[in-house]
Amino acid sequence: MEKETIKSIVESHEGSKGGLISILEDIQKKYGYLSENSLRTVSKETGSSLVDIYGIATFYGSFSLKPRGKHLVSACLGTACHVRGGPRIAAEFESALGVCAGETTEDKEFTLETVNCLGACALGPIIVVDGHYFSKVKISDVKRIIKKTKTGLDKVSGDKDDNVVPLEVSCSHCNHSFMDHQCHIDGHPSIRVTVSFGQKHGWLRLSSLYGSFAVESEYEIPMDMEINFFCPHCHSELNSPSPCVLCGASMVPMIVRSGGMVQICSRRGCKGHMLDLDGVNF
Amino acid sequence: MITLTINGLDVSVEKGTTLLEAAQFLGFPIPTLCHMEGLSPYGACRLCVVEIGEEPRSKLVSSCTYLAEEGLKVRTASERVVKARKMIIELLLATAPQSKTIQDLASKFDVRQQRFKQEYEDCILCGRCVRMCEEQMMAKAIGFRGRGENRSIGTPFDIPADVCRLCGGCMYVCPVCELRCTYNEPEKAICGGCANLSPPCLEKEGFDDMMCYMDPCVACEIINDKERSLKP
Ligand code: SF4
Ligand code: SF4
Ligand code: SF4
Ligand code: FES
Ligand code: FES
Repeated sequence: MEKETIKSIVESHEGSKGGLISILEDIQKKYGYLSENSLRTVSKETGSSLVDIYGIATFYGSFSLKPRGKHLVSACLGTACHVRGGPRIAAEFESALGVCAGETTEDKEFTLETVNCLGACALGPIIVVDGHYFSKVKISDVKRIIKKTKTGLDKVSGDKDDNVVPLEVSCSHCNHSFMDHQCHIDGHPSIRVTVSFGQKHGWLRLSSLYGSFAVESEYEIPMDMEINFFCPHCHSELNSPSPCVLCGASMVPMIVRSGGMVQICSRRGCKGHMLDLDGVNF
Repeated sequence: MITLTINGLDVSVEKGTTLLEAAQFLGFPIPTLCHMEGLSPYGACRLCVVEIGEEPRSKLVSSCTYLAEEGLKVRTASERVVKARKMIIELLLATAPQSKTIQDLASKFDVRQQRFKQEYEDCILCGRCVRMCEEQMMAKAIGFRGRGENRSIGTPFDIPADVCRLCGGCMYVCPVCELRCTYNEPEKAICGGCANLSPPCLEKEGFDDMMCYMDPCVACEIINDKERSLKP
């Protein structure tokens, strides 16, 4: 069963250079981890040796060789989050869940991992649970985050205001505002960022209404293309490592001025957007 | 052919020659550790540093991986190189003070102080064994695993690999597997005993003649055992 699935995954990547990582990514997405047998099958199917595959699988932090729990808690220990007390938050999660970083609770509910920078440094310490960002987390928030996760995070994400709220957003790295008051979309100031795809590099304006998907851009962006977002002020890349729940492309987090984060999918046409207003205090 | 200058001497070498090979051709000694004839260059230990270019924009590169360039000016024994080399040996020595190969390098290059914590790692991640296994034994049984401070050498999943030929090649080339002689001070950071003009063994009671005909000599071990067995 598993063998067949992996075979077809390998086949779908045939001929693409550097396909090993994408193959492992697909397997990880499908099964949540990379089992010994799956790596052996990949080795057999691709002809790459097992040491090389194992080397890659253990090199990248996003691969896991052990089964993961239902919920993935990532505690940021990047430089910015570190100085803002990230390690203490991570330690609090460790004691609250009763596991060390990198481990899964016995009931297979939670996996705790530490990561190095999630691209939202200005809001640190950052905790991400199943793709939901919690910003400026305090030790006292930890228990609540765990409880919220158990009762279902999706219930609390966002859409209270009939799906349509105008948002003022800023860069998750330098905190400069993205709002363009000269240029309105949907009757509100637009959000201006820099994007690049293929050989093209230009501006992109998004509607600031959460729930509206109106965009304008310097160059026509083909449907379904995954594009890279950049801050027009500090030029940092905005795409974060967390994947879109709908299509798997990388999400682009931005800071909401009134508190919290909004994330939009970086694939043109994908409607995978997510809003976490004011971190824990929804 | 490419012509370059090493320590003021012009030398012409084939395209694709490394600076290390060019310097060795001229007879300039450069110490190496992760480099090994018959294995592809890897550039992990940095012991073979040389200085290229001209002041003040000269820089240090690893000569075992740097290919000769037309007109390049190379210095293999500048003050900067010697200093850097000593520092690298001191760091390697802190990583694996029990290694004979590294202790020998330390005495050869006159490293006399140890300012770092001794870690007694059993691997310096030079990658010799991995390349040996892959390139000479055609086995690919062992490889690098993990990243950063968790990087290690071994087989996938720590399960004995069925492709391993049990040839022992990996251990044969390992610079850390061969242990240093310890004399009677195993905790001493820098052995250097053998570089001493008066062998420490002579200073011990019970030895009129130097016991160091063996290479490496193990006289110090014998005296240690003797002392131990004499104790009530
Ligand atoms: S003993 Fe095994 S692991 Fe070591 S070099 Fe030989 S084949 Fe490779
Ligand atoms: S085991 Fe020995 S040869 Fe292999 S990388 Fe470590 S130090 Fe080098
Ligand atoms: S006894 Fe020989 S090997 Fe031991 S420290 Fe003295 S000279 Fe070196
Ligand atoms: S350091 Fe935590 S998000 Fe950048
Ligand atoms: S010998 Fe050149 S880097 Fe090790």
